Amino acid sequence: MWVAALLAVTLFGSAAVMLSPDRYAGKLAAAVSAVPALASVYMYYVFLTQNGGAGNALLSPGEVAFGQQIPWIDLAGYQIAYYVGLDGVSMPLLALTTILTTLAIVSAWTPIDERQSQFYGLMLFMETSLIGVFAALDFFLWFVFWEGVLIPMYFLIGVWGGPRRKYAAIKFFVYTNVASLVMFAGLFALVFNTDLTSLALPAMAEAFRNASGLPTIAGFSLATISFVLMFFGFAVKVPVFPLHTWLPDAHVEAPTPVSVMLAGVLLKMGTYALLRFNFTMLAETAQALAVPLAIVGVVSVIYGAMLALAQRDLKRIVAYSSISSMGYVILGLVAFTPHGMGGATFQMVAHGLISGLMFMTVGVIYNTTHTRMVGDMSGLADRMPWTVGIFVAAAFGYMGLPLMAGFAGEFLIFQGAFDAATLGSAAPVLTSLAMFGIVVVAGYLLWAMQRTLFGGFSLETDYEVGPAAFHDVAPLAVLLLLVIALGVAPDLSYDMIQHAITPLTGGGA
Amino acid sequence: MVHQLPSWAGLAPALALAVTALVLLLIDSVDPDTTNTSLLGGVSVVGSLASLAFAVWFIFGGTGIPTSEGGVGTPVLFNGQLVVDQMALFFMIIVASVTALVTLASTDYVREHAYQAEFYALVLLAATGMSVLSAANSLATAFVALELVSLPSYALVAFLKKNRGSVEAGLKYFLIGAVSSAVFAYGISLVYAATGVLRFDGIATAIESGTVQTIVDGTVQAQSGSPAVPMSILGVGIMMVIGGVAFKIAAVPFHFWAPEAYEGAPAPISAFLSSASKAAGFVLAFRTFAVAFPIGALVSSGEALNWFVVFQVLAIATMFIGNFAAATQEKVKRMMAYSSVGHAGYILIGLAALSASGDGMAFSMSAGMAHLLVYGFMNTGAFLFIALAEYWGVGRRFEDYNGLGRQAPLACAAMTIFLFSLAGLPIGGGFFSKFYLFSATLDVGAWSLAAALVINSALSLFYYSRVVKAMWIEEPTGDRSIESYPTGLYTAIVSAAVVTVLLVPGFDYVSSLAFRAVELL
Repeated sequence: MWVAALLAVTLFGSAAVMLSPDRYAGKLAAAVSAVPALASVYMYYVFLTQNGGAGNALLSPGEVAFGQQIPWIDLAGYQIAYYVGLDGVSMPLLALTTILTTLAIVSAWTPIDERQSQFYGLMLFMETSLIGVFAALDFFLWFVFWEGVLIPMYFLIGVWGGPRRKYAAIKFFVYTNVASLVMFAGLFALVFNTDLTSLALPAMAEAFRNASGLPTIAGFSLATISFVLMFFGFAVKVPVFPLHTWLPDAHVEAPTPVSVMLAGVLLKMGTYALLRFNFTMLAETAQALAVPLAIVGVVSVIYGAMLALAQRDLKRIVAYSSISSMGYVILGLVAFTPHGMGGATFQMVAHGLISGLMFMTVGVIYNTTHTRMVGDMSGLADRMPWTVGIFVAAAFGYMGLPLMAGFAGEFLIFQGAFDAATLGSAAPVLTSLAMFGIVVVAGYLLWAMQRTLFGGFSLETDYEVGPAAFHDVAPLAVLLLLVIALGVAPDLSYDMIQHAITPLTGGGA
Repeated sequence: MVHQLPSWAGLAPALALAVTALVLLLIDSVDPDTTNTSLLGGVSVVGSLASLAFAVWFIFGGTGIPTSEGGVGTPVLFNGQLVVDQMALFFMIIVASVTALVTLASTDYVREHAYQAEFYALVLLAATGMSVLSAANSLATAFVALELVSLPSYALVAFLKKNRGSVEAGLKYFLIGAVSSAVFAYGISLVYAATGVLRFDGIATAIESGTVQTIVDGTVQAQSGSPAVPMSILGVGIMMVIGGVAFKIAAVPFHFWAPEAYEGAPAPISAFLSSASKAAGFVLAFRTFAVAFPIGALVSSGEALNWFVVFQVLAIATMFIGNFAAATQEKVKRMMAYSSVGHAGYILIGLAALSASGDGMAFSMSAGMAHLLVYGFMNTGAFLFIALAEYWGVGRRFEDYNGLGRQAPLACAAMTIFLFSLAGLPIGGGFFSKFYLFSATLDVGAWSLAAALVINSALSLFYYSRVVKAMWIEEPTGDRSIESYPTGLYTAIVSAAVVTVLLVPGFDYVSSLAFRAVELL
């Protein structure tokens, strides 16, 4: 019931906001989105205290929290249901979604000044879909929400974006939709070669994990082919080198609150789906392909960081560094160790918070200075001390400063990947290479901060620069607190993540 | 004791449409100069809703389900020339729904025109033909019903007499239609020559037994002397029947009339033709090929036509040509016309995704039926939105729609739902019906069909989203002023959008009805 309530509140709230006058739309949307945010905090608390032992939702569906199942469609013998439930992986991501949406809506009050009711209505509609993506346990329901995210995102970039918004929106839309179809084809090739009668994710997991006698096409097992097709589909969303080209366009053109959602939650849809489908349902294939996948991850880490190093636009820097950070998640997942996969999941949450924070901070700076170019401004620290303070803290979080969430995620990934049996003798080499990415991150972030924040004040544009409004800085502070809280006490999330992850890795460290 | 209705009552959905058409003509003869749109349109809407109500009542009341399975049996009329089974009722629902939407929207669209009574009467007569075609169980009744669909359609396409495009489209439609009717009729004569019967079950018996049949007192029996069925003549006949059907559903290579007719016709008529008329063509195809030409017997006979391969080629060619042509258009209506061709390709999967023994027919054909029903709402809605744009005097090109979303947000939101649903995004029922088709192809391992479906779906999102982009994202150009918001058009568009969205949670009703209908054939 809880999940259904979250979905209903955001969906009907979205309709209400769309019909409301522009003047109240922002406040109303914030109030509406506060309901699922507070509710999910409460759910998180209940989960942590009472349900901490829940296992993996796909492998032991009886143990999910907040589960609900209602038959929906009988499609020529395939049962489709409204089936939702949360485990240690989806609970933190759900909370991340609801909290980040509320903060992104508040952060939109300043920059969004036209067609506001439509903007906030679409933000809430996107929240509905995102909640659904993380909570759904039926493939069909999941796919409805998965595709449902595209529609609001297309409009949010296309209507409220920057100068090249039309190109960016259509590129994002077609790129990710094609990826979804490829994934879909790969998955259903498997569905029709097993004796499934239900499209529930747990049933699929059981059938695929025990599938035998799959046909062979051109010398490759169908499991391998499907794995590759699905990986391709999800990798576009993550994004992984070389499928990342939509991301910088979308990020740069999207208005800041939308970039926050894009980096903070939408990219995690890709890694979440990889974990649920490729690494849970086709675990054996994933282990067999671990080395090439890890190489893809490490290349993303290094390549993304190098690209970030070459940018002048603050938003582009953060956008490319997201590619880098998502590469770590891939590396952690292929390790198939509790710390590797657990760290990867933790990194999804941590990066969601930190990249959201970074984008929001860049947005606040842009709202004030109307430029995002390193070199166009310097010495902002005097004029907007709170914002700059948070920017510095967030940047250090991104670099992996201990006691911040990013450190815990990356440390666990490296620890897990270093002695991963799946990677064999390549493990130390690949992990070390990935670690090198952190050095590059530190390089471009320190450089950007030094140029823009410190030194004597100068600004290319002729805008007055003063402290940002309270409602601009407050969301930043909330996010920073969450980043520090997860850094100081990673067990707030890591414990429940471990409960959901260990069944996958077969236990042991 | 349950009171049993007479069997002719089973045709009530078709009769309701026919009576409405006659009432309209009666009104016209009493008051020939009437332009009372509310009266004429109102009668048409009420008539088609009555037809819809009958069909819905019957389909859920168990008509067409054998009494042994808890139904009330199948009304059979005129020695089996017409049968009102679940499939007939399913298509009657599609026809009646589209007719109701189109006549409702027309109340605004033809308000300024003369000959309004004739307009509505022709629509209702064509709808009657489609409804009867749904129940036709013999090539003879099918041909008569098909002509009843076609002749009013030609006149309707050319209804805007002063518009050269409309008249030209009408003439083209008529010429190609006449040729394909002739081909169809010749095909029927060859099938009759080969099998000795016109009734679908009789043709099937002839093919299965290999001997020419005859009908005595309504029962099919072997002709005296048991002459063998000449399979090669039968094969040519089947091929020609395919040609006739392919014209009606606008499948490649008989699709050339479609973009012309849909673009030139008044937009509500384009909606009517591309949704209801297409559905009527498909019910003919489904019933003919599923009942009369059993694929298992044809393949095992080794000589006659292996028709599902023909449909596979047609389906793939239709999907690609329709969608690629749509992607290159500059006018919205023409884009929708080609997209309608592409959708015919998707629905043809219903006859293409079979195995040589006929396995998988219930799956694939019910998928095609489900897509037709969803398509009946989303495509009709999209064409009615174009009718609205024509009503406002908005131009025909994509750029002319720029910024329309700010002036008419409700209608544009509905149009967005139609287009995304047509593209297969899960905001409307189109997502599920496309998925159903996709599953049907994989169920029999028809990889090429599956690949064609996926590639074309992806492509279609590109060109549908051009309209969405124009409406919401582009800045308005020029000084366009919208002075009135026509009630009839708006009601029709919004109802179609609501149904399209409700078909997401309610798709189970559609898919299970369609599946049962095919199983009971």
